[in-house]
Amino acid sequence: MSDDNKDTGSHEPREDGGTPERVIGTPSPAAEKSLLPGGAAPAEGAAAEELDEASAKRAERVVAVFFLIAFAASVAFIAYYIGWSGRDGGMHGIHRTRESNLWLGGMMTLAFLAMAVGVTIWVRRLMTSKPIIQERHAPRATEETRASFAADFMEGAADSGITKRPLLRRTLLLAAAPLGLAPLVLLRDLGPKPGTRLRHTFWGDAVKKAQSQGKKGVRLVVDGTDRPLRVSDFSSPGGMITVLPEGIEHDLPEEKVLTQVAKAVTILINVPADQFKPAKGRENWHVGGIVAYSKICTHVGCPAALYEQTTHHILCPCHQSTFDATDAAKVVFGPAARPLPQLPLAVEDGYLVATSDYHEPIGPSFWERG
Amino acid sequence: MKRITAWRRRPWAGYAVVLAALAAIGVIYAGFSPQTDRAEAENTAQAAQDLKNGQELFNKNCASCHGLNAEGTKDAKGKPIAPSLLGVGAASVDFQVSTGRMPAMNPGAQMPRKKPIPAFDTELKTDYAEPEKREAAEKQKAQAEKNLADLRAFVTSLGGGPEVPSAAATDPSKGDVAVGGKLFRTNCAQCHSFVGSGGALTGGKYAPPLDKSDVTPTQIYEAMLTGPQAMPVFNDTTLTQQDKQAIIAYVVQTREEPNPGGNGLGRIGPVSEGLVGWLIGIGLLVLAATWITAKKPKKLKKS
Amino acid sequence: MSEAATAPKAVEGPLTFLDDRLGSTTFFKRNMKKVFPDHWSFMLGEIALYSFIILLLTGTFLTLWFKPSMIEVVYDGSYTKLNGVKMSEAYASTLNISFDVRGGLLMRQIHHWAAILFMASIMAHMLRVFFTGAYRKPRELNWLIGVGMFTMGMLEGLFGYSLPDDLLSGTGLRITQGVAESIPLVGSYIYMFLFGGEFPGQDIVPRLFTLHILLIPGVLLGMITAHMMIMWHQKHTAMPVKKQTETQVQGYPFYPVFMAKTGAYFLFTFGVLALLGTFAQINPIWLFGPYDPGAISSASQPDFYMGVLEGSLRIMPNWEISAWGHTLSLNVLIPALGPLGIIFTGAAVWPFIEQWVTGDKRLHHVNDRPRNAPVRTSVGMAAVAFYGILWVAGANDVLAERFHVSLFATTWFFRVAVFVGPVLAYIITKRICLGLQRKDAGIIGHGVESGVIVMSPDGEYSERHEPAREQERTVILSKENSRPEPPAVDANGVPAPGSKGPLGHVRSRLNRAWTFDDIPIEEHGHDEEHGEVENGREPKQLNH
Repeated sequence: MSDDNKDTGSHEPREDGGTPERVIGTPSPAAEKSLLPGGAAPAEGAAAEELDEASAKRAERVVAVFFLIAFAASVAFIAYYIGWSGRDGGMHGIHRTRESNLWLGGMMTLAFLAMAVGVTIWVRRLMTSKPIIQERHAPRATEETRASFAADFMEGAADSGITKRPLLRRTLLLAAAPLGLAPLVLLRDLGPKPGTRLRHTFWGDAVKKAQSQGKKGVRLVVDGTDRPLRVSDFSSPGGMITVLPEGIEHDLPEEKVLTQVAKAVTILINVPADQFKPAKGRENWHVGGIVAYSKICTHVGCPAALYEQTTHHILCPCHQSTFDATDAAKVVFGPAARPLPQLPLAVEDGYLVATSDYHEPIGPSFWERG
Repeated sequence: MKRITAWRRRPWAGYAVVLAALAAIGVIYAGFSPQTDRAEAENTAQAAQDLKNGQELFNKNCASCHGLNAEGTKDAKGKPIAPSLLGVGAASVDFQVSTGRMPAMNPGAQMPRKKPIPAFDTELKTDYAEPEKREAAEKQKAQAEKNLADLRAFVTSLGGGPEVPSAAATDPSKGDVAVGGKLFRTNCAQCHSFVGSGGALTGGKYAPPLDKSDVTPTQIYEAMLTGPQAMPVFNDTTLTQQDKQAIIAYVVQTREEPNPGGNGLGRIGPVSEGLVGWLIGIGLLVLAATWITAKKPKKLKKS
Repeated sequence: MSEAATAPKAVEGPLTFLDDRLGSTTFFKRNMKKVFPDHWSFMLGEIALYSFIILLLTGTFLTLWFKPSMIEVVYDGSYTKLNGVKMSEAYASTLNISFDVRGGLLMRQIHHWAAILFMASIMAHMLRVFFTGAYRKPRELNWLIGVGMFTMGMLEGLFGYSLPDDLLSGTGLRITQGVAESIPLVGSYIYMFLFGGEFPGQDIVPRLFTLHILLIPGVLLGMITAHMMIMWHQKHTAMPVKKQTETQVQGYPFYPVFMAKTGAYFLFTFGVLALLGTFAQINPIWLFGPYDPGAISSASQPDFYMGVLEGSLRIMPNWEISAWGHTLSLNVLIPALGPLGIIFTGAAVWPFIEQWVTGDKRLHHVNDRPRNAPVRTSVGMAAVAFYGILWVAGANDVLAERFHVSLFATTWFFRVAVFVGPVLAYIITKRICLGLQRKDAGIIGHGVESGVIVMSPDGEYSERHEPAREQERTVILSKENSRPEPPAVDANGVPAPGSKGPLGHVRSRLNRAWTFDDIPIEEHGHDEEHGEVENGREPKQLNH
């Protein structure tokens, strides 16, 4: 094997004599300066291997074929882009995207891979450089250098006076400390303080508004269609739907809608009345087994939306926290620690209404939550 | 009497009965549509006969678990084996039987979709080249459709319930796909995933995939309407017919849509992408590295 | 080559120009024949380097059309299924890139695949470096930079993943919010400052965009430069084969061989990424739909490199402490900080711990074979098991669905496995390593079974053992047998230096654990052909 060949042809003397093996390559610059006479490059190329000409010719042709394939593919890429991809007024929609992706991507793949294969064959079959050996050097400087550096360093420190003048040193440190903090202060306006934001949802505002108009509470509307729900509409046991407070899409400025929806989104479930166990103090929060829980998981806030009507489990698809819909959404399994907050419901003119905000903060726990 | 009972238990008995009925009725049933509600049949005598056929099919295929009066059964410990079918309605029967989930073969965490039993196989292949073969298949299919309709009528007669939706209500081309997408993501994707490829539920149960081979638009509608197995119910007053049609439009368009970016990798998201990145991406590049760094095969000049 | 003593004018001109101003020829001269040892595993890091370059190129292309804005618009474009749907400009512009910009989808897909390969190759590269001990002195700094780049890469990936504002990325941000909130004392402030108010608000996408395209790539670029320069300066490590010693490195010169090889590898990397981008669809955001806080999909997973976080969140029991008006959600805090903290901190301090335990302060340029450092290899495998189990746990719902097993059962399985798995991995790996050492000792001590049965004069049959081939012997003899430390307390009751105090006691215990079952591999003095002995360069005798 060629790799096992002993190296020959190096004209360089070794800088640390004593070992018999000869070395090609470049010694450290220091060695180069001291040992090489006036810039004459050592004839490293002399060590090159000589190829069998017939097989080298064959290899050359193979490499050339691959380069030609790469050339053709790149040309096809450009040709497709200019000549074909823009027909009928440009690329629109899924079918043309698919076609374009296939052509452009396919040609690009072909061009790169063909070129890669070509270069690899070139290196393996045609490059004549032989393996060479170089010395490794310990990175550490010599003891004299280090000592002289240390002396210079201390001399500089002494010259500057920083060692001798403690007042100077200390006031400098004092000056630097607040300067380092200043940029952090600038970050204050990244956002508001939490305040009571995390404790209220739009249900509270909407209920307040409805009650100021002499109503009992705010209607529940289906998320996506905005239809208010009557009790009779939602009478099938095993039913489930996502609801929002009426008006959340229209009464709020556009940029606030998503933020409020993200807190107010609620699931309405029709648990068979004979299986429903209302929690203490919440006996009148449900309407004949129709019960509303926050859709925001108390773990890290994914929508806990997966409801199994046979087991009455509400499951969060992100981390599989599981809550029991019949039993105040208590945690049955998974990483969530608290039940889903429940929304008090009532009936008004046949419609389902919420009579107050959630009584506790919805969503993930936070330090000040209590 | 005894002889008749024994006779009725023979596997071909159901066929014999309905074939006799078919001969009597003639061609009226040849183009019979499963969506049409038999309860509204004008001919009451005919209706009674259909109902009887339905009852016989019920006794033969369903009663062993659901009870002779469809009241449901419980095991010795009082744990339900099969639910009551009073009030489940025609839509539920149609969904369960036409997807092959019922009659169930063996009880498990979940009844899987399978080929319906021959008596109810409404998706029978009929496009045979040979006329006699095709005719036989068409006849059998028509029979299956009538059987299913009779069974629906019988179960409905026990306690009412949701009807089978009309063909117009489930036409995917008429739904508002944008609304459907929103409703699907809010109410369906948590189990069936955003493209309807299915997902895990608790206890070994799963939400089935919604591919073309899994479920027809009518069956999607029926599933929403009746909430089979663990699935919640979305009745027509919560999600209206229009909403359901929109959802069907979304599901059908999504599953028929090609993947513009190449292979869809099962459309299950980052898990398969990570696998492909490691196995194919890193795999191919390791092969390339091995090739590049392998010992040289150079042929040298012989000296 | 020798006949072309002077370079052609087109090359000579610019070189002279540079040389006159920078004195660059000295530098080029010194470096153009730099030796690079060959081994396939040395190219894993290059995948990361080239993926990064491709990420910069494709990423720049994407920024030409992407609008980092959460202003709500109603889509009306060529992906007709979403016509009339309200969405952020970020999502709409991503749809535009995918369906209206020619080659846009290809660039998006290559960009995402490159991100996956970037992280995957960093992991593969770090495992190679770890198991071969290539991080040892003098290369600890490069190891630390590598750990830093891995961390940065995770953040970069998470932020990029969040930009299109689709349902999956929004879910990721929602989880980020929940994790931020769980931080004691300042959690809700961090949440507010990160999102500029409440989730999702209007600020997060533009903020992440700046971090994703400017700050983190800038930091990464700096780290990559430092990594490469240090590698160049220190020279590459070599595998323990013939002619590779602690004082010499053998390989092909940078110019022209390594240059061509690495160029080919760049082309391969780009080719494979183009292949994936063409034939494997990734992150089809049009299927996910725009972000909607009330919507969620089953199988909502992050990209694989965040899978560990996802898995630990899933299998954590629901511990939460509520006292004195404050809530500490350990159920979020522990999985969010614990596993990654253990892995990153562990990786960062490992070289120094190993140095402290073994007392080995020498320079190492020749890699260890994994079997020859059983404790290191086993700890590495335990970490791989720990990471891998948490990673798979992040896909437990996909597993439950595909194999129809109970979801809760998978959770319980992973809860147990995350503790048992690493211990088992440690024990099994160590046994395997020691077994391999024993085999090596056998080969050196008795030779290789030749398959030739001989009959001795007194009629006994035996198989002839032949000495191993020289290559193999070199590899096996690269093992440095453990040198037992002097006992902690000598005969006079004076404690040995380095074993004083409780810390010293721990150290000498660990040192014994490192070495006690080492199987020495020794040559019995015959066979003078062995190169290293001949040259007097047995690594164990070096002490630089």
